[in-house]
Amino acid sequence: MSAAATHPQDQTYSPPQAGPLLEVSGVTLQYKTRDLLVTATRDVSFEVYPADRFVLLGPSGCGKSSLLKGVAGFLKPVAGFMRLNGQMIAGAGPDRMMVFQDFDQLMPWKTVVENVMFPILVSRRFPRAEARERAMASISKVKLGKFADAYPHMLSGGMKQRVAIARAMAMEPAILLMDEPFAALDALTRRQMQDELLQLWDDIRFTVLFVTHSIEEAIVVGSRILLLSPHPGQVKAELNAHQYRHDHLGGSDFMALAQKINIMLFAEGHHG
Amino acid sequence: MAEMSPPQAARLSPPIRPEFERTAPRVSDAGEIERPLSLWEHLTNMEGVRRGAIVVALMVAWQLYAVWLANPLMFPTLTDTLRALWDGLVHGVLLQRIGATLQVLMTAYAIGIALAAMLTTFAVSSRLGADLLATLTAMFNPLPAIALLPLALLWFGLGVPSLVFVIVHSVLWAVALNTLTGFLGVSETQRLAGQNYGLRGVRYVALILIPAAFPSILSGLKIGWAFAWRTLIAAELVFGVSSRSGGLGWFLFEKRNQLETDQVFAGLTCVIIIGLLVEGLIFRTIEARTIRRWGMSRG
Repeated sequence: MSAAATHPQDQTYSPPQAGPLLEVSGVTLQYKTRDLLVTATRDVSFEVYPADRFVLLGPSGCGKSSLLKGVAGFLKPVAGFMRLNGQMIAGAGPDRMMVFQDFDQLMPWKTVVENVMFPILVSRRFPRAEARERAMASISKVKLGKFADAYPHMLSGGMKQRVAIARAMAMEPAILLMDEPFAALDALTRRQMQDELLQLWDDIRFTVLFVTHSIEEAIVVGSRILLLSPHPGQVKAELNAHQYRHDHLGGSDFMALAQKINIMLFAEGHHG
Repeated sequence: MAEMSPPQAARLSPPIRPEFERTAPRVSDAGEIERPLSLWEHLTNMEGVRRGAIVVALMVAWQLYAVWLANPLMFPTLTDTLRALWDGLVHGVLLQRIGATLQVLMTAYAIGIALAAMLTTFAVSSRLGADLLATLTAMFNPLPAIALLPLALLWFGLGVPSLVFVIVHSVLWAVALNTLTGFLGVSETQRLAGQNYGLRGVRYVALILIPAAFPSILSGLKIGWAFAWRTLIAAELVFGVSSRSGGLGWFLFEKRNQLETDQVFAGLTCVIIIGLLVEGLIFRTIEARTIRRWGMSRG
């Protein structure tokens, strides 16, 4: 897909060779609560290229989850447009698989393998006969082969998130959407999951749009970070982070980038 | 540490103890780790055994009291009742009566569920539908179905249609209310996940909403069944028979008029047994195979 590199550390900046996979242009999103019409984002534009690990980062209220919902097709922009592979996004579809934060995204009435097969079967993305095989391959990629026939309530939170990732991967979506997928996990599991996600990316080079409010997670997971300011969400900066992984935690470059982001997000943004 | 703290007697510091590491836990010293329970403990741990013992005790008390009373018109003995039950099932009309009752019941139960499904579908797909269902259930749910029997007799006459009308009424609102509650309680994440796979309309309801709301739906079906069963027996007691095929309620009424009290007791036993079988066996099995297996319910 992109410049092939065995180790992400070897990745150097290279100008994009192909056009963007996802174009978000001047998007304003609004949603209704019980008694308010809230503007979640105003005039947000960004481009995601194939094999990007594109992170939307910002404090709560910056509309990052709304943007993800917009790309997923759950929320229609009131201004601007979103295009995936040159096609306007109109409504939800299985070419954009979403991994949610909540553990209850798995269907409790299906086993692990049935959960992973389910979207393949209902969307008819792949032939029926292949569904099981694909599901099993995807499950073993997230190292849950032994639990294929377990029901979700028997799994830990981290394992449930792995199943959700396997389920999304098995569909081979054009873009993987992740809405703070590790936020509800404990610190150790979270770190492990971040590493596993990066290993998977090294393997398959999928494209992911990842929402988080953790600066550290953004730098570790992301190759490019879009910073959003809150109320309503507007683009503050777009930064590169492809050179950092967990090994760089605590290194001076890493700390400097984290500090820079911290200042951009919080130092000036406070309007009392 | 010690030199950093001011010399105040009142201020506590924890004592500093030497560190240690253990190489391996000493299993041999742990004593008795596990031991099988005795047969008596096993038996008394089984709920079925304990409850069975209570039933046996009650049956013994019944028999003793009835023998002491020696008045079979008012209170027949257990053995007379069992004999009447056996005769009724093998030679008599009891089996026919049960058949007639269950047939009416299943018809009405099925109609009630179908109507509830239609109403609930309308309710989840539009706000008008939701308001309609909420208003109707608020009005009719507190109204005991048997109270509609006089009206039903006026409209449909003496016969099965009146019974069906009354039972449909008793099933419909309980099932519709529970199903709607279940649908509304399906988490946002599961809804979005379903839409994410491109599910719409009927497939979305059938593949996402119904299974996700199944605990509520099942409890609605159970309540509906219980209402229907009680309502039907009561309704049959009131007018019972149109042609020659009355139900269990009619059987009770008829036998009481003929002062065949042991037959009345046999009929009551049938009512209890059928109720227990459906509630304790059929619904329990469905529960174990579905929501308990899926971890959606405990207990």
